Order: sequence, then C-alpha cells, then structure tokens
Amino acid sequence: MKLTLHVWRQAGPTPPGRFVRYDMTDVSPDMSFLEMLDVLNQQLIARREEPIAFDHDCREGICGACGMVINGRPHGPQRATTACQLHMRAFPDGAELWIEPWRAKAFPLIKDLVVDRGAFDRIVQAGGFITARTGSAPEANSIPVPKWDADLAMDAAACIGCGACVAACPNASAMLFVAAKVSHLGLLPQGQPERSTRVVNLVAQMDAEGFGACTNHGECMAACPKEISIDFIARLNRDYIKGALSRRPSARGDGAES
Amino acid sequence: MELRSKVPAGPLAEQWERHRSEIKLVNPANKLKHRILVVGSGLAGASAAASLAELGYNVACFCFQDSARRAHSIAAQGGINAAKNYQNDGDSVFRLFYDTVKGGDFRAREANVYRLAQISVNIIDQCVAQGVPFAREYGGLLANRSFGGVQVSRTFYARGQTGQQLLLGAYQALSRQIALGKVTMYPRSEMLDLVVVDGRARGIIVRDLVNGRVSAHVGDAVVLATGGYSNVFYLSTNAKGCNVTAIWRAHKRGAAFANPCFTQIHPTCIPVAGHHQAKLTLMSESLRNDGRIWVPRRKGDTRSPNEIPDDERDYYLERLYPSYGNLAPRDIASRRAKEVCDEGRGVGPGGHGVYLDFRDAIARLGREVIAERYGNLFEMYQRITAENPFEVPMRIYPAPHYTMGGLWVDYNLMTTIDGLYAIGEANFSDHGANRLGASALMQGLADGYFILPYTMGDYLAQGTLDKLDPAHPAFRRTQAEVSDRVDKLVAAGGRKSVDAFHRELGRLMWDQCGMSRTAAGLRQARDRICALREEFWRDVYVGGTGEDFNQALEHAGRVADFLEFAELMCHDALHREESCGCHFREEYQTPEGEAKRDDARFGYVAAWEFAGVGVAPVLHQEPLEFAAVHPAQRSYK
Repeated sequence: MKLTLHVWRQAGPTPPGRFVRYDMTDVSPDMSFLEMLDVLNQQLIARREEPIAFDHDCREGICGACGMVINGRPHGPQRATTACQLHMRAFPDGAELWIEPWRAKAFPLIKDLVVDRGAFDRIVQAGGFITARTGSAPEANSIPVPKWDADLAMDAAACIGCGACVAACPNASAMLFVAAKVSHLGLLPQGQPERSTRVVNLVAQMDAEGFGACTNHGECMAACPKEISIDFIARLNRDYIKGALSRRPSARGDGAES
Repeated sequence: MELRSKVPAGPLAEQWERHRSEIKLVNPANKLKHRILVVGSGLAGASAAASLAELGYNVACFCFQDSARRAHSIAAQGGINAAKNYQNDGDSVFRLFYDTVKGGDFRAREANVYRLAQISVNIIDQCVAQGVPFAREYGGLLANRSFGGVQVSRTFYARGQTGQQLLLGAYQALSRQIALGKVTMYPRSEMLDLVVVDGRARGIIVRDLVNGRVSAHVGDAVVLATGGYSNVFYLSTNAKGCNVTAIWRAHKRGAAFANPCFTQIHPTCIPVAGHHQAKLTLMSESLRNDGRIWVPRRKGDTRSPNEIPDDERDYYLERLYPSYGNLAPRDIASRRAKEVCDEGRGVGPGGHGVYLDFRDAIARLGREVIAERYGNLFEMYQRITAENPFEVPMRIYPAPHYTMGGLWVDYNLMTTIDGLYAIGEANFSDHGANRLGASALMQGLADGYFILPYTMGDYLAQGTLDKLDPAHPAFRRTQAEVSDRVDKLVAAGGRKSVDAFHRELGRLMWDQCGMSRTAAGLRQARDRICALREEFWRDVYVGGTGEDFNQALEHAGRVADFLEFAELMCHDALHREESCGCHFREEYQTPEGEAKRDDARFGYVAAWEFAGVGVAPVLHQEPLEFAAVHPAQRSYK
C-alpha cells in the first residue's frame, strides 16, 4: 500500500504546531496503525529526523494509552477499535490520512500526538471508588448481585480511560467517562453507601478540570472503543439530581462525615 | 551474600498465622514518620501502595505510564484463582497449593506457595468489596471457570478483562489514598537506579519522562513492583514499555537475581504476521476450555482447515495427554506446538501456527453460549487477522508471556538488600519453573494487599534509620552516574537504531534461550550478546536531547539493560543441566519428550550475585525442601 500522511508535529506545549507531510510506500495491510507509525519513525531516525511522539503501551486495546484522531475520528474509522488494534487493511491503497492529537483544553499537549490526561486521574481521585480498606471485606458471596446488574456494571467498567469520548465531543465533555465510573460503582450493592456523594464529587471535579458540558450529540459513544453507551449518561444525570438534592455533607475517603 | 529464606518453623498450614503473630508491629504514630517508595503501579504496586497508605505510612508511587491505571496487569484476560470451593468440586487450600507446586515443576518454595493459596480467598473478598464486577450466576453468586493445568473450577473472572477490573479496583483504592494525601503519585517517571546507604535501600533515582529531569527520592524502604522481563525477546505479549531496568539496576547494587532462565512461553497467541511486527497478542488460555487444538496429520497439507476431515486431523494434546487434553499446562502445550510445527505440520504463513477450533463446542453449546464466553476475544482475533473464529479455526502459536524468575526474596518478600522488597512478577517466589494460568493476578494481589503491608513493619520496627536527604553523597553519586549514562546515550552518534538492536537481541534469545535450549546454543548466544552489547555502545543512534520527552532515549536505556541481563539469563540456562517446567534443555528429556528434572543436582533456587558486566556472576543456592508434596515427575497424561 501507498499512503500520504499529514501528521501533527509540535515540539512542546508552547511552540505552535503544524501538519507535516510524509509519503509512505510498501505499507502492509496486515500492519497495525501503530506499526505503520513505527515503520515511519524508523525511516525518520535513519534520516536523522526526530521521530513522532505518540503514547502506546499494551497494543492490545486495553491499556488506553494510545489515542490519536485519524481523519477527524478518534482512533480512526473502525467501530469499537483503538488505534493500536486498527489495521491498515481498514484503509484503501493510496489513502490520505490526517493524524492529530486529542484536542481539549483539559488535555494539554505534551508533544506531537501526546497529551496529558491527568484530569481523568484527578476525577477518579475525587471519589471514583468504593471505600473498602484492605482486610475489611466480608465473605465474597455474602452479598448476591443480580447477574443483570453485574453485567451492566461490567459494561460501564469496561472503560479504558483513553479520552476518545472527550476528543470526539464538540464540547470536549468528559460526561461519558464520568458516567461510566458512576454507573459501574452505582449499579453494585457495594457502591450504594457512597453513591450520592460520589456522583456529586465526580461532576464537580469534571467541571473544575475545564471539560465542557454534555449537549447530547452522542459522538462520544460512536468514538468509544469499548462501545460504552450514552444510556449511562442518563443514569448519571438521574443520580446527580438525586445526589445533589439528598446530599449529606461528607468528606472523601477516611474519617467520619464532616 | 547469604540467602536466609526466613521460613517460619512449624507445620506448613500454621506458618503464616504464626509468623504474623510473631513479627514486630510499628506503632501507629511511628507509621506516620516513615516514607515508602513503591515503584510500579500494577496489581502488586497499586495494591501495596494503597494498603501501606491505609496503614498510615507515607507512600510515593512511581510509574512510567501516563497513569497508574495503565500498568500491564490491565491486559490479563482470563481470571484469578482462589481456593473458595464454591463449585463444590473438591477444591481446597491444599489442592491449590499442590497444583501450584506441581505446575511449577517443584522449583518453588513450599512455604510461600502455601501462604499464597491461603490468602487467595481473602483476595476475592477484597476485590468484590471494591466493586470488581466478577461474572455471576443467575442467583447472584459468583461464577467460576476452569483453567489449564488443574481439574477443578476455581478461576474467578470478569469477561475477558479480569486483569483490567482487578487493576481498576487497586487503582481506585490508590486514588483514594492520593486524594487523602497519603500517596504522592509520580506518573511518567522511570526509576533508573537504586541508592544503597550502609547496606540498606534508602532511595531511588528517577527520570521525569516529560522534561528529562533526573531527581533523587529518599525513603525508609523501597518496593519494586516493576513486572517481568519478557521483552528481552523483543516480541512478547508484554506491553511495549515493560522492561528489566528497575530490577536489573537493583541487581547491580547487590540484590540477588533468582532463576532468570525460567521464562514462560504462552501457548495461545496470535502468530507473527510479518517482519513489521512490534508485539504479540495473547488469546486467553480460557479458550482452551472449549477450543480443540489440532494440526493436519500430513506434512504440508495446504487445504483450508474446514476441508480437512476429522480422521486426517491430529488433536495432538488429546492424543498425548488423555486426562488433561487441551488443558495441559502452558509449558507442555507450547513445547508440543513447537514440535508439530518443527515436523512441518504447522499451519498458516510460514508454518508457525496450530489450529484452535471451536467447531465442536459451537455444535454442542450453540453459537450464543460461545459468544457470551469468548465474544470479545473472538472480536479481537478478527480485528487482527481478518478471520472469523466462528467460521474458521483460530491459528495460534506460543509467545513469551511471563517470567517466573526475578529478584530473590525471603519469606518477607525482602531481597538480599535490607529494606528493598520485590513483589508480583518482579520477584521469583511462587511459580517455580512454570506458572499456572490465573495465578499471576493472585500472586500480585496477595503480595500487595496481604503480605507486604505486614512484613514491612517487621523491618521498620527493628531499627532506627538515619534521616537522609538527597544531598547525601550516596544520592549525589548515584544521581550523577544516572545522568552520565543518559548523556552518553544521547551523545552516541552511531548508525543503528535502538529498535534494530532490540530486534536482534530478541531474535537471538528466542532462537537460543526460548522454548528449547542446548548447551552449544547458549554458549553461542552468550558470546553474541557480549559482541552485540559492545556494538550497541559503539554504533547506536538515539537522537534528540535528554531534557525532553524522548521515547527513543527511554527505549535505549531499557535495551542497554536487556543487553546486560540477557547474558545472565543464558548463563543461568546453561548452568541448569536439567529440564524443568519452562526450562527445556534438549539434552535432558525422557523418551516421550517430557522434561527430565534432576532433583539431586538442581533441586535449588539459583540466586546470582552480580560481579560486573561481562564477568561471570556468582551462584548462591537456596535448597528446596518439600515436606508436604513429594516431588515426582509431572504427569498430565
């Protein structure tokens, strides 16, 4: 295969970036998208040019490290597929590809296609957990969980935290990410005691990080490599209203209610 | 160097309980004064950091990924073992212990394995309480499945994403402690050296991967939870970033490295598609519950698999191992696959593949049941190969997956350096010469949640540690060494890329120190590694600067360490003149081609002491004694 690539190159957060054109020949349709970039990087290194920086790790579609916008679509054109699992056979011979980083205020750029997604970690730190200190757990089968609830919780928990939902959203909203965490934990009996405080704290942190609001475009669900449904956003909204109204003052984590 | 395993006295079943009641405790007020450095944020690291912080210790946790949630534990698919006996099929702590010791071909320390089996039940309780959405029965109770190498159903799972869900549980517990200010998290930070002061581990040198800054961190104890070294083979199922650097640098500072040649080659991976291949993808071993493995009876049979009638297929695992069949342990399944491919009966491009066929299971259970069990794995396979496993059999081939070897640790998980601990895949302790499926997650969490938080107290309570700061000469010296090495790599103006060296090393290790090994091949590999290492420092090109986000530089440092470590691996494989578990020396096999152990000469853990780069390491032996299990030839027939 032959390809024409236009890759976003930016040396750091401040200097302006631009698209740089690279022509590639001899691309195998059996290569993954990232392997194609590996080959390009080897060529750049051989020419003493700086290779393209991009995040990647497991290359199995589960760690959530990789992510780039390919021809306007986060992770590229294939349904339910991360960039690392996307294969070149998804493109026609001679394709022209525009490759960009996630673009969102809350994800500041580090270099080329690499952005800082620390905002997602801080959202989880704000309450995306069940307080269960090591050693304090009851017998696992003492609390039955209906299979339907467990399965639905698993659907939400499948989120890999890649940020494609934010990149796809015209408002750069993180609602799908937050909704997935709120739903995963809120669907399980173990998650009930903190359900209200959790949703309120997570939404507050999401806002503080500078993510936009949700206006029901549904682009997030279309881009999500794990096909997480926007039904969870409806669930989040319901929980949020309930939580905001019934909220008891509470500290996060340790200690008594404050 | 002295190896003191510190295994408590008394009957196996009472050792851990007794040990826990005898080891010293740190008073709660004093816990607040201690600072612990945890390197790695996978199952072992995240669970340890969270649990230590819950106890009151101040913790700093480091990972090279951009978030703690991305550590490679996340990619574990199949499940986690626990001796709950929920299926009423005769499972017990003893049976899990026995299976693990036998599965490891009698090269693991009995006391550690027994403790692991005991703790396994607490892990499931803990994870359920954290909200891990394990698979459930319709009545709401937990479901199980079976896994290779055992005859009971004791594996708990969350679809094909068990590692992800367990890691998110640990990551969330860690996040809670970060919010409380008890853990300081350092993402995109790579440990490049260990600082030892007066024989104790007192800190680490870290490079910030975003701006290149090298800094020193002081602590009262250091925990390495940095995973395994399968990437020494270049192509493996490990994430691209997995590396040996942290444990290798610790080894160079005095930590003994145990059984480095015990590396597991997983039987069910997607075969290599071409020379561009950057990594290999695992297909969960759980597929072997319903898939049948076969190759054509005839060499060079190029018919499409569905055209080959049953009597012309060789279901070789079922034929050779009637009682375990397709569930034979990993080492055996891998070796037999290599054997049939070497005979010329392999399938797919290059003949490096065997079929994993679901035809019969689909006929028996229906497409829906199979889709529910393995749907996401089938999709993943199809994405990579463009073939639909519902229509044509999967093609699989073995690939490096897990390393049983690692830093030597005592019963408290402490290495031969005081105050330096190794947990999870980074240590050697529980899996002997071969790990059973669904046991890595169990071990990582056992170490992190339930063992280290107790045993570390014993060390910290024993003596007073001097207050140190990064201006201490040992820190300044080590930091300068790290910076020099970074500068040297950046300045290297050779012709070959880092990747080219890594590929060459990987090829060499796969050919000579992979699924089967010979003395001649290992000697040859050792010489070639030395030459390659010299060539690396002479002819590598890294580019860019050290003060920037520079992925080629990160890779260069890791490959430089692999080039030193690989020699130790070959050395260990050469010295172990027996076959056991995953270590198969062609010279030592039974007439049926099974591994032939030599308990009289090699019934020990080989712990190597560093003596210099290119210098033969010094061997220390920890003899293995088996009180509860009598070592026998493993039979899965």
